[in-house]
Amino acid sequence: MTAVGQHLSKDQLAARVARDIPAGAYVNLGIGLPTLVSDHLPAGRGITLHTENGMLGMGPAATGADVDPDLVNAGKVPVTELSGASYFHQADSFAMMRGGHIDVCVLGAFEVSVSGDLANWSTGAPDAIPAVGGAMDLAVGARDTWVMMNLLTKGGAPKLVERCALPLTGVACVSRVYSDLAVVDVGPDAGPGQHLARVVETFGVTHAELEDLLGLELGRADG
Amino acid sequence: MTRISETALEALGEIPDGSTVMIGGFGSAGQPVELIDALVEAGPTGLTVVSNNAGNGDLGLAHLVELGRIRKIVCSFPRQADSWHFDAKYRAGEIELELVPQGNLAERIRAAGAGIGAFYTPTGYGTPLAEGKETREIDGKNYVLEYPIHADVALVKAHRADTAGNLVYRKTARNFGPIMAAAARRTVVQVSEVVPAGSIDPEAVVTPGIYVDTVVAVGGSTALRQGTGEATWQEVAG
Repeated sequence: MTAVGQHLSKDQLAARVARDIPAGAYVNLGIGLPTLVSDHLPAGRGITLHTENGMLGMGPAATGADVDPDLVNAGKVPVTELSGASYFHQADSFAMMRGGHIDVCVLGAFEVSVSGDLANWSTGAPDAIPAVGGAMDLAVGARDTWVMMNLLTKGGAPKLVERCALPLTGVACVSRVYSDLAVVDVGPDAGPGQHLARVVETFGVTHAELEDLLGLELGRADG
Repeated sequence: MTRISETALEALGEIPDGSTVMIGGFGSAGQPVELIDALVEAGPTGLTVVSNNAGNGDLGLAHLVELGRIRKIVCSFPRQADSWHFDAKYRAGEIELELVPQGNLAERIRAAGAGIGAFYTPTGYGTPLAEGKETREIDGKNYVLEYPIHADVALVKAHRADTAGNLVYRKTARNFGPIMAAAARRTVVQVSEVVPAGSIDPEAVVTPGIYVDTVVAVGGSTALRQGTGEATWQEVAG
């Protein structure tokens, strides 16, 4: 096993994800790590944030006198509205998602498989109280679903795997994984004879070291 | 015809034991706390509650859970940092949980109000929450068959109502209000203020009065707006 250096910090990772969000996109950022992406979206790119509890044009977290109990994000954190914002009910909000109108959804994950399966709602612990929220709708709804996560657990186990062991959130729904060690395309869109997982970029590890860490054979996205 | 009630308890009306009650809100935003307090006071038990969450902290829905009035809850996200009353009931086996992905919950409620018999949705396909459900491949994509959720009564919080029952909401507190209002056989709405019919721009109405049976103003602004003098706090035509 190779010692890993120069991996991306959470903020660097958020900036890396933000760089790939196209100008003018409608974007949903999941709870947790993906929320950091909003800090790195440059003004003037015309990117509109969707929050599935019923709003487009969500602004930054609210503080002080701006806190309004009627204006929260999907994590129930008070937020602000930007010029041009709109509100809508839950069925419209998820129709917007499910109907493919949201360009990009960025989600956290416990596990992602090379075929793009996502597990991010349940740890599978038998005594846990289950809760799913909008996770399954977000996973399958957007035109592109990206995952943002650390590539290994705290114990060093890979989170990009051949097959998810945890209960699934969605099947073949993730197209790209952004992690502290690498950006990897996943899913069935690979051409004939290609690996399902194709490395786009690595951070502080070589391609071979990455394969060793994950115990997977990886292709290259550009070939 | 929409009735305007003087108190939340009067607005609530008769809710028998074992009723299915939809309760609006996403966490605290849009939760009709005064109507839930009235439901606690009215005392029905063995309820099936349909709501996105299973109560936060100690008030409103959480209090209803704590008192053991709910037999079954249908929701998407029961477990939260402050859902201790639900957690205790669930672990004690005293409340049944039907966990539904949030968008499926919304669409099942919408379908009930729209007279749809069932629908195919991609959400949940291949996951534990679709186990045992009918599936179908349509144009190369896999879907799960989901059925509507009906209710005996919906408790909804809106911002403002007119005396015709037309509603407008406030920001993300809208959430489940409009679809629950349509899905239940009887809809009771609490608002910050009731204004005379005609005071809300018809183009701006979010929930038309046809879906609203009873309205009650709660909180600090129970007085009708001054000006037209045409509306009163009496019931409007029954």
